[in-house]
Amino acid sequence: MKPIHLALAFLSLGQMAMADAPVLNVLTYDSFAAEWGPGPAIAKGFEAECACKINYITAGDGAAVLARLKMEGAGSEADVVLGLDTTLTESARATGLFAPLASIAPNDLPIPYSDANFEPFDWGWFAFVYDNTKLTNPPKSFKELAASTLKIVIEDPRSSTPGLGLVMWVKDAYGADSANIWKDLADNIVTVTPSWDEAYGLFLKGEADMVLSYTTSPAYHLIDKKDPTKSAAPFDEGHYMQVEVAGKLASSKQQPLADQFLAYLAADAAQAVIPTTNWMYPAKTPAEGLPKGFETLIKPLKSLLYSPAEAEGQRQAAVEEWQTALSK
Amino acid sequence: MADRSLQITAGLLALLIATLVLGTALALASQSGGASLRPADWSAIRFTITQALISTVFSCALAVPTARALMRRRFPGRQALILLMGAPFLLPVIVAVLGLLTIYGRSGLLNVALQSVGLPQISIYGLAGVVLAHVFFNLPLATRILLNGWQSIPAERFRLAETLNLPSPFRHIELPMLRATLPGAALAIFLVCLTSFVVALTLGGGPRATTLELAIYQALRFDFDAGRAALLAAIQFAICAAAVTLAARFTLPPALGAGLDRTLILHPPKHRTAFDVVVITTAALFLLLPLAAVLIEGLPALPHLPAAVWKAALRSLWMAVTSAALSVTAALILAQAVARSRSRLLELAAMLPLSASGLVLGTGLFLILRPHVRSEDIALPVTILVNALMSLPFLFRLLLPEAIVLHASYDRLAQAIGLQGRARLRYLTLPRLARPLGLGAGLAAALAMGDLGVIALFANNDQATLPLVVQRLSGAYRMEQAAAAALLLVTLSFVLFALFDLGGRRAAP
Repeated sequence: MKPIHLALAFLSLGQMAMADAPVLNVLTYDSFAAEWGPGPAIAKGFEAECACKINYITAGDGAAVLARLKMEGAGSEADVVLGLDTTLTESARATGLFAPLASIAPNDLPIPYSDANFEPFDWGWFAFVYDNTKLTNPPKSFKELAASTLKIVIEDPRSSTPGLGLVMWVKDAYGADSANIWKDLADNIVTVTPSWDEAYGLFLKGEADMVLSYTTSPAYHLIDKKDPTKSAAPFDEGHYMQVEVAGKLASSKQQPLADQFLAYLAADAAQAVIPTTNWMYPAKTPAEGLPKGFETLIKPLKSLLYSPAEAEGQRQAAVEEWQTALSK
Repeated sequence: MADRSLQITAGLLALLIATLVLGTALALASQSGGASLRPADWSAIRFTITQALISTVFSCALAVPTARALMRRRFPGRQALILLMGAPFLLPVIVAVLGLLTIYGRSGLLNVALQSVGLPQISIYGLAGVVLAHVFFNLPLATRILLNGWQSIPAERFRLAETLNLPSPFRHIELPMLRATLPGAALAIFLVCLTSFVVALTLGGGPRATTLELAIYQALRFDFDAGRAALLAAIQFAICAAAVTLAARFTLPPALGAGLDRTLILHPPKHRTAFDVVVITTAALFLLLPLAAVLIEGLPALPHLPAAVWKAALRSLWMAVTSAALSVTAALILAQAVARSRSRLLELAAMLPLSASGLVLGTGLFLILRPHVRSEDIALPVTILVNALMSLPFLFRLLLPEAIVLHASYDRLAQAIGLQGRARLRYLTLPRLARPLGLGAGLAAALAMGDLGVIALFANNDQATLPLVVQRLSGAYRMEQAAAAALLLVTLSFVLFALFDLGGRRAAP
């Protein structure tokens, strides 16, 4: 056999092996699929029991995932879409691309959550994070924050999901009075960044006393960096939540496999990966509990969350109100 | 004959560029019905133009004395300084912003120094900060374009001025050169600033600092209102076209003619030495301090980078070189064609990509190509093509003034001795244009290294480029590793840039 024939034979063998194992395409955001995100471990665990292959297709963040899905429409090669949050799910549902879930897994979210199309896989409370060696008496509410001379950096609700979460937080907590809260906060805001990473980077550089992030952010510094200096400030108004969800597409030719993946995602093995890779709470606390260090985090007494339909209804007006209040 | 085929090739290239830039916007427009402007859009348009104009004026006004001082003075390390001062232009935006904040931020060096002597603190956030960052990015570009202009003045002209005892050699020799090169440089800078949005928003201090590009981003990301994005992109094109026309009106054709390629030795007036020293030192500090900050912050985590970073670095390198090769070829053809025909249309086509929003281009291509191919199959070629397109205007700007001189000075001679085709390219065009070609290829490669626009839309998980990995790291709390990967990115971009630039300068006659 000539070397070229040998090579061809190997090539076709390889293709046969690939053709045998079905591929499940999961459309998700970058940091989920990254080497240091939850994606690789979850794929490895699932592939061990499904005799299939997981292929992650990535977009920048939750909003980019939805934008990509809308661009692709029914022609999308994705089977599962993972990483939208509840401010986006209504708009995602309206595309008509999502199929109902085969089974609804139980979850431990602090407020009741159930959706026929979308299964929660993790969640977190938004919070202002600060350096506890520099700030000893953090504000306990938006009003205290607004009355203080503290400087904060926030994300833009027009380009980032945490930014949008903050706007929803203020709206949910203050209703008709939210515009005044924003006016009072205006002089505390150092700047507004396009996305979470710029805001958090600016905070770590010392550009602001506090940054809009999650109550779980200090866990990253504590567990990964052995650094106990970061804390989240509990607010009396309660904390708005971000719930991240996954769903399957009606156009998928791998319906049973997609159902199997969503079931795996909701079960212990995958849920145990979430806390120290995505730095969020798992939707269902695994049997072995949360990793050591999570017990040090603040536990807000009151959780705020609009239903997907309410969030979609509020979004444009709330963002415009934010923009007007901060543009003066 | 050769003339006609050049014009035809250039025409086809221009058509291809226009199709890519305008066709992608049309693909978006066809996605939905009508769209109209909101009140907030008008203030975004105003802010976009204002900040771009101010940034351009400052960049150019500072570039003239800086380039002139660098031209006149000879000191140890001058070449290295000129090379290094090009680096800010190559920085990924967010890296540059963080570097600037180390110096000018709320807890930056400047404010610490001010505080220690009891002076009030300054705040970088606001229009001033946006302009500061844009000058930081673009002063190097303007300085290099002008320095090239000065170096292209034949030494004989200065000798003649001296012999004739001209009262103001500046007015008769250097001013015409500035009139030939400065409007082009200003145009390039204005267009760069026009499509800025991370800098504008982050340093602008809030939604007042909303640019058109941010509005496009919002339209595509959150609202997926493609029609609105197309409308906003059309406004960006209109501003670009107006700027190209305006710049062309102010540009004088170079009128100095050819010389004997002797190194120019200006006799620097003794009494201006102090001025030049101050100018060079200030410019060097302004540009190099934030770079030093990037270096210092990136070093600690450099040995602990994840494997994905190194793979992405290799991928970025070959993509950058390929993209630069494409861009140089296209720019050379277009610049020569414009030098001959002075066609305003060709010139507009060459500058058009600068007005294009990377996001519109990427999304449009995605919409056009997606039904036919899998996005990951074309992620790399599409990224290479778009990067080549995006750096074309800079290359074109660098080449055009010298292509005009080349045409004016040597075309008749070349025709008289029958020098044409490949021989003309090899013995006349390439050597005479080696300096801007090298600089341009370096810029194109480095810009392609740092680009984040299109790849993010197409690439699957294991096709990431280095800038994308930097973003993924900082999106997962790994700011130290992101800083280190950014340092790697800057270093590689700079090495590519330096190799091409030095190569060009070596090859120049």
